Amino acid sequence: MSQAYAKKSVLWDWLTTVDHKKIGILYLAAGGFFFALGGLEAMLMRIQLMFPELGFVSEQTFNELLTMHGTTMIFLAAMPLLFGFMNYIVPLQIGARDVAFPFLNSLGFWLFFFGGVLLNLSWFLGGAPDAGWTAYTPLSSAYSGTGIDYYVLGLQISGIGTLIAGINFLVTIINMRAPGMSMMRMPLFTWSSFVASALILFAFPALTVGLLLLMFERLFGATYFAVEMGGNVVIWQHLFWIFGHPEVYILILPAFGIFSEVLATFSKKRLFGYSAMVFATLIIGFLGFMVWAHHMFTVGIGPVANAIFAVATMAIAVPTGIKIFNWLFTMWGGRIQFTTANLFAIGFIPSFVMGGVTGIMLATSAANYQFHDTYFVVAHFHYVIIGGVVLGLFSGAFYWWPRMFGYKLNETLGKWFFWLFLFGFHLTFFVQHFVGLMGMPRRVASYLPGQGLDSLNLISTVGAFFMAFAFILFAVNVVVSVKNKSEADPWDGRTLEWGIPSPTPEYNFAQTPLVRELDPLWYEKMHGNGKLKAAEPLDDIHMPNGSILPIIMSFGLFVAAFGLIYLVHPVTIIGLLITLVCMFVRSIKEDHGYHIHKEDIQNEEGAG
Amino acid sequence: MAQAEEVKHDQALPPYPEKATLEGKNKFLGFWFFLGGETVLFASLFGTYLGLRNGVADGPTSQELFHLDLVFYMTMILLTSSLTSVFAIINMKKGNYKGLLGWMWATVALGVAFLSFEIYEFWDYTVNYGLGFSTSAFASSFYTLVGTHGAHVLFGVLWISTLLIRYAKTGLTLTNAPKFYTASLYWHFIDVVWVFIFTVVYLMGV
Amino acid sequence: MKNLWRVLPFSLILLLLAGCGKQNLTALDPRGPVAEMQYSLIILSLLIMIFVIVVVAAIYIYVLIRFREKPGDNHIPKQVEGNKNLEIIWTAIPIVLLLILAVPNVMDTFTLAETEPDEDSLVIEVTGHQFWWEFEYPDLGITAGQDVYIPTDTRIIFDLEASDVIHSFWVPALAGKQDNVPGITNSLWLEAPEEGVYQGKCTELCGESHWLMDFKVIAVDPDTFEAWAQGMAEPEAELSEPTGDVAAEGREVYEENCLSCHAVGGEGGNPQGGPDLTNFAEREVIAGFIEWDAEDGDALENWIREPQDYKPGNNMPAFGHEAIDEDEMDSLLEYLDTLRVLDSE
Repeated sequence: MSQAYAKKSVLWDWLTTVDHKKIGILYLAAGGFFFALGGLEAMLMRIQLMFPELGFVSEQTFNELLTMHGTTMIFLAAMPLLFGFMNYIVPLQIGARDVAFPFLNSLGFWLFFFGGVLLNLSWFLGGAPDAGWTAYTPLSSAYSGTGIDYYVLGLQISGIGTLIAGINFLVTIINMRAPGMSMMRMPLFTWSSFVASALILFAFPALTVGLLLLMFERLFGATYFAVEMGGNVVIWQHLFWIFGHPEVYILILPAFGIFSEVLATFSKKRLFGYSAMVFATLIIGFLGFMVWAHHMFTVGIGPVANAIFAVATMAIAVPTGIKIFNWLFTMWGGRIQFTTANLFAIGFIPSFVMGGVTGIMLATSAANYQFHDTYFVVAHFHYVIIGGVVLGLFSGAFYWWPRMFGYKLNETLGKWFFWLFLFGFHLTFFVQHFVGLMGMPRRVASYLPGQGLDSLNLISTVGAFFMAFAFILFAVNVVVSVKNKSEADPWDGRTLEWGIPSPTPEYNFAQTPLVRELDPLWYEKMHGNGKLKAAEPLDDIHMPNGSILPIIMSFGLFVAAFGLIYLVHPVTIIGLLITLVCMFVRSIKEDHGYHIHKEDIQNEEGAG
Repeated sequence: MAQAEEVKHDQALPPYPEKATLEGKNKFLGFWFFLGGETVLFASLFGTYLGLRNGVADGPTSQELFHLDLVFYMTMILLTSSLTSVFAIINMKKGNYKGLLGWMWATVALGVAFLSFEIYEFWDYTVNYGLGFSTSAFASSFYTLVGTHGAHVLFGVLWISTLLIRYAKTGLTLTNAPKFYTASLYWHFIDVVWVFIFTVVYLMGV
Repeated sequence: MKNLWRVLPFSLILLLLAGCGKQNLTALDPRGPVAEMQYSLIILSLLIMIFVIVVVAAIYIYVLIRFREKPGDNHIPKQVEGNKNLEIIWTAIPIVLLLILAVPNVMDTFTLAETEPDEDSLVIEVTGHQFWWEFEYPDLGITAGQDVYIPTDTRIIFDLEASDVIHSFWVPALAGKQDNVPGITNSLWLEAPEEGVYQGKCTELCGESHWLMDFKVIAVDPDTFEAWAQGMAEPEAELSEPTGDVAAEGREVYEENCLSCHAVGGEGGNPQGGPDLTNFAEREVIAGFIEWDAEDGDALENWIREPQDYKPGNNMPAFGHEAIDEDEMDSLLEYLDTLRVLDSE
């Protein structure tokens, strides 16, 4: 290891790191924190809805909770947690030493982090946003308090970070693959990360524009959404959902990727129908952009548009079905091991099928008039997001934990966690399908007694407590398992990330591996000596230097956001200057990184 | 990669210096992706404008405002600047670093000229026609679309100037070749966006 | 784990007991042709989806039992690449299933969009306000608040608008919803073959009291509707000049404090004001949700004194004792009790 590098303090190291593995862990830590926060918000809402007319929180607080729960879970928890895995695992899976843009990678993280902090500071500075995570105009543009300004700027800043991360993954996956790692040999997690990144690239700018318009409307008197000035309130909905629907696939595709890895590994079989799986992922990504108006069936876009978007939406069921059956047939004929990681993947299949079929029901436009904006929708998207994304995140956590942290999570505790969580999840959300059809709109701060809604809401809350308790078990597991040291390849893995020492060396691969087949490590286990073949002789490895600039640049935008929210222009200008000066410094100061010497690598590899 | 620091400008560069290193390749590809995202950004702004351009409330309409002669000059200036940036890159490929710098400065100058016209245009609409940012939904969406483009031009001017000053004396290297190349890509992109603005906003608006 | 087994049967039983929810509210017990059309589409989609779930579940359970790792089993399974025929099967069958659903859906979508009025239909303009509903009958010259009366067996066309933010008009037992969007007029149609009071709700988050933005659709036989419309259009003189002394006093209090926002019998009110109160005493609930009894004025008085306590964020100011003292309040309540158009005989 480079001496100068090792001497620096741990904190400084983490603040300035451009190592994709450390940034991945930062994403997991920050995302985990926001996940707990969003979960707490959900629990407060479920307590409020436990009994009719329960004044546990006020209406205003409830609206803030529901807005922040949705916003936090989507933007600050689910996506960053997936980014954590993508950052750590994708370069390893393609045999790369880092991502294409290590500096931008760090910048992306810090932008997300400061955006999330900004958004959550609204709780203490005049109230959180209260117009729903969808922030429909004109409620958000003309009838809400400063919370919305925090929403607009917090999401704008973290959204830029997301966009940067998306571009980074795209270029990494295209340009940084090891020799022999053709596109059609890439693991499914890498493939789905690739498609999700493409969706980010083409979806997020629509949100950027939407947020920009909302900011101008609220802060500088623009009139896009002011009907009396010739404005149109539905434009926001189009922009939001042109982003918002692909966003769903940005979340679910990487989770699909995780399941594909986990199911194949623990069935001891290669993924069934690999090329069909890749193709289905691409189709889902493409169709994801064609269906945004199915969120707007009741807005009055006309029967022609409704019919077209209904059919287009139903079409997505076909590639999704292909995936489900290919997973089932991956297990078919295999030797299925019920590890916790695999339990989550196995639990995912029926849960997600439930979410998928209610998705088709919702796509039925004429029936959607009954479902729309009721608890049926709440049930549906929680089935998709918890039953799909969250189970995927936990599956990935148990699967990759040894790789990322060098220790295995306790399996017994993990299984308790799985069963309690799965049970709580179904208990909470299954009944909500009925609650919705029985006449309970979503986003209601409470409900009146005598409408036949009481008992099902109580059941739902009980289920939520199971989920909360289960999550605590997971947190405990993370702590108590620390001593449970893991070998480098604890699951008899198939892909490149399991072919390197544990803990993962800073440079990932001492020698860039040569990939000879899909599932390269498995191939070497079956046809070679079980070790990855090297594609190059051992040599000095070039590494990028860390930099403090990303955190300062993000902080600059954070400061500028306060200037905008309170319309104190000097603060805005100072904040933007901080960011611009850092960009300038970055642009003119050439930094060529450093080298890790051959001998050090040999020592380390020998010791490992 | 690391070789970049050792390469001096008097040494022979490979035929495509902008894509010779992995960093250069990454930058090149990443920038194309970035422009893909920018395309969606402008598409969203165009969509918003098209949805709101008839929402003039009590304010002036586009027919009362737009003068094609002014906009025609602006278009010509920006198209010419695209051409000068092409000359710059041709000079880069030929290894004529002075030529690269000179044509890039010409591009910057034309960009500044374009911005001056745009500022004049906005000033004219605001003061002489009473089209403030808040006058109508049309006004807001017009200023947002055209203004966002203008902000991109401004950023391009600042970026290219920074490159020109920073690398005034270094000669062409494997480090700065990708930077000049991506800057010229960016410049073409904002030029193309302007062509759409010229068509969709101005030609369809008179 | 013990808790789990106690809760599970409990919840299953409750699920069965809960049945379809409250009559005249739930969408699962449709009371009109539109809701029935939507209900049958829901059932059709549900059947198809249950078929899908059963197929997946069958393979799933078989695979999990048959191919689980047995103790001591260390064999390496055959590494199968895939199977083209299977891929074609599970691409084609879902397409067929979706077509079975898509065709009736497209037809119904167009049927539900047929909102052109004909000579037999009744048009009602609905305006959503934070947080109450206004119903205008343009052909009859009537404006009503909160309760919308409709004749049975008549095609009713609702034209939906909003005065502030987006609301959404939903009467689950009669028809699915459409949004009330500022600046845009959406329409939906429905019919109520049976008399009854159907509950309506706002389903688009519209601010603090979104959850309390309820209304009622009251379907009455055409004769009663006629009488009601007559009463609303030309209310008896009683409403503006009550005969009883106390009520007459109350009328004065009303004129002083309430009339500028709440119209009665065609007088008063303003576009930013509150609901028309011409038939106020005939409402089952105050402000869309507060149960009350016209004889006992407590609930109503509490509402007038502190409306923000009940429905935060609404536009009605509080009327404390300095604005309306005890006596004035009593007479006001007396007057409000006279606001009837149907059973004022």
